[in-house]
Amino acid sequence: MTGPVFHRTPFSDWRTRETTDHLLRAIETETRHLPAALKLMEVCGTHTMVLHRSGLKPQLRAAGIELISGPGCPVCITPDYYHEAIIDLLTARDDIIVCTFGDLTRVPTRKGSLQTVVPQPGSRLKIVYSPEEAIKEAWSQPDKQVIFFGAGFETTIPGIAFTVKTASELNLKNYSLLTAFWLIPPALRAIIESGELAINGFIYPGHVSVIIGEKPYAFIAEKYHLPGAISGFEPADILLGVLSVVRQIRSGKPRVANEYQRVVKPQGNPQALALMEKYLSKTAADWRGLGIIPDSGLKLKPDYSAFDALKKFSLKLKPGQTGKTACRCGEVLKGLIGPGDCPLFGRQCWPDSPQGPCMVSYEGACLVEYKFSGAKHHD
Amino acid sequence: MTKVSLELGSGGRLMRDFISEKVVRLFKNPILSELHDAAHLPGGLALTTDSYTVDPLFFPGGDIGSLCINGTVNDLVVSGARPAYLTLSLIIEEGFELEQLEKILQSIKKTARKNSVEIVTGDTKVVPQGQGGKIYINTAGVGRLLGRPQPRKIKPGDKIIVTGEVGEHGLAIMLSRNNFPLVSGVKSDCAPLLFLLPLWRQGVLWMRDITRGGLATVLAELAQTISYPLLVEEDKIPYSTRLQGAVEILGIDPLYLACEGRAVIVVPGRKAELILNRLRSNPQGRKAAIIGEVQTKTGQPGETLLKTSTGGLRLLEPLTSELLPRIC
Repeated sequence: MTGPVFHRTPFSDWRTRETTDHLLRAIETETRHLPAALKLMEVCGTHTMVLHRSGLKPQLRAAGIELISGPGCPVCITPDYYHEAIIDLLTARDDIIVCTFGDLTRVPTRKGSLQTVVPQPGSRLKIVYSPEEAIKEAWSQPDKQVIFFGAGFETTIPGIAFTVKTASELNLKNYSLLTAFWLIPPALRAIIESGELAINGFIYPGHVSVIIGEKPYAFIAEKYHLPGAISGFEPADILLGVLSVVRQIRSGKPRVANEYQRVVKPQGNPQALALMEKYLSKTAADWRGLGIIPDSGLKLKPDYSAFDALKKFSLKLKPGQTGKTACRCGEVLKGLIGPGDCPLFGRQCWPDSPQGPCMVSYEGACLVEYKFSGAKHHD
Repeated sequence: MTKVSLELGSGGRLMRDFISEKVVRLFKNPILSELHDAAHLPGGLALTTDSYTVDPLFFPGGDIGSLCINGTVNDLVVSGARPAYLTLSLIIEEGFELEQLEKILQSIKKTARKNSVEIVTGDTKVVPQGQGGKIYINTAGVGRLLGRPQPRKIKPGDKIIVTGEVGEHGLAIMLSRNNFPLVSGVKSDCAPLLFLLPLWRQGVLWMRDITRGGLATVLAELAQTISYPLLVEEDKIPYSTRLQGAVEILGIDPLYLACEGRAVIVVPGRKAELILNRLRSNPQGRKAAIIGEVQTKTGQPGETLLKTSTGGLRLLEPLTSELLPRIC
């Protein structure tokens, strides 16, 4: 086939066939000596997406590596009742502007989704790309109550916490947060301790690690003797991570390798960590699929309760009312089953009419599997 | 589903099901069942219609005026017809600025002239404030057939050509709609495809303009109408550098971004180079490329497979839901 190659970015060399083949061969050289295929968990949803989008998954399988998707999709692990609380507010009051990220608006609940709900006249939903836009909204519309509904991991938490700083400085009385903040290391501890899944190692999330650095994963190597590597998001980054984990397994010396050093510093991002420390405190959190995990969430400190939408509007988060269908997102999130094992996948659950959050989010294991591997393969 | 949702119009699975189950079945006739971009009428004529509801009305590289002419012209071109006459219907919301309306009409005039088409009849309606989105435009077009798409003649060895860099229109709209603080320089590729017309006499088997759903959707839908799988190579797909930077930041798959001045062409293998060179000799086709082929070695009939830059294989599904920027 002829035609010039246009597809060049600063990362082009990270995506070439040569680089991939080279790394896959190196991985295979290691796994050849192992008795069985290795099961590694890619914690981050963006890793899941890259693995499918680049077609790496079957290539890795051929090299003796089975990758299982972890709980690293914030939309997926946020329970329905957060959405329901927001829906209640939009349908009860006429002065509410809810700002949130695009993916979150499509999660189906018993009360519909944020996109299908019809708010009271005067209230509305606004999709934003950055939490800062919510501050601008509050500033320009003083007669409205602006709520930022933010779900996220360590990656997005500092940016959202920063809006509390800005809002205090601007003395904004009409801005508040509904936070669904989740911390990755405690969730990994819960997955390991549950013992439901035999995982040989972890590919740690690159973006989260930019904030928290290497140390928060140390207990996984020290206490549980499981290897892991922080990886970036180019196909070659993920392969480097896998190679590192495989080598740790062969040498019998598990550690926290950093294969994303061009961005991740060992100590993380001190400013971001300081922001989180100042405005937020740890709390037990309820993860979809994983249940309540101690110290795995963050909430606004009492000093900043004026910005806490839960208190300001007496919102009730009502756990235990979810699970309305045969949707098995919970087990998918734990890595216990693959998307294709769910009876709804591709039969009653599609990206345009999702039954659960894993089919909603761009990082959701079900949507990723559907988009890049096709539902027909599971019929 | 008891009510119409936005998803129904997003060009995804729900829309395809709606059209085939609720519309085509109801009005069943041999012309409609062909489901070309334009209907082939007796007497060598082609007829098409399209409604335009773009937000924002003005965007880098075009506006609703240039869009409503080029879009309809392109539907005729890829159906094998030389566009001749267009209709123009305006549905305007009360309170819409007259100055903007005039700007749009000027743009329509300019684009129609560029395409050598005449607007020969039309209609104007005004709806009360709050009952419309500023302005909606419908155009219909007729043209004389020069050739016919022949999907049934497509066979293994035939090549798939894309006529230029893809995804710019969809990205330009997305960036201006969401007011992203991102300077990308990306402009809509909104343009007429008239330069493709001579190819109908040079052995082209099939054409489709890439619109909503992007390149992936056009390919996936083509694969479902023929008996062989398609294989395209990621490295061969032309993208502008500007676009590549922006989609990385936004986390958007450019294969699903709309175009308004690009087409996919299927040509017999032995004519591929010749037709590619013809395309490239036109300024609008300078970036044209052979991106893949109809084949039998990989995949099942009905499938479109993408050979990724890293050497993996990925299935291309038609667009299933609207593109939204991601959380992180």
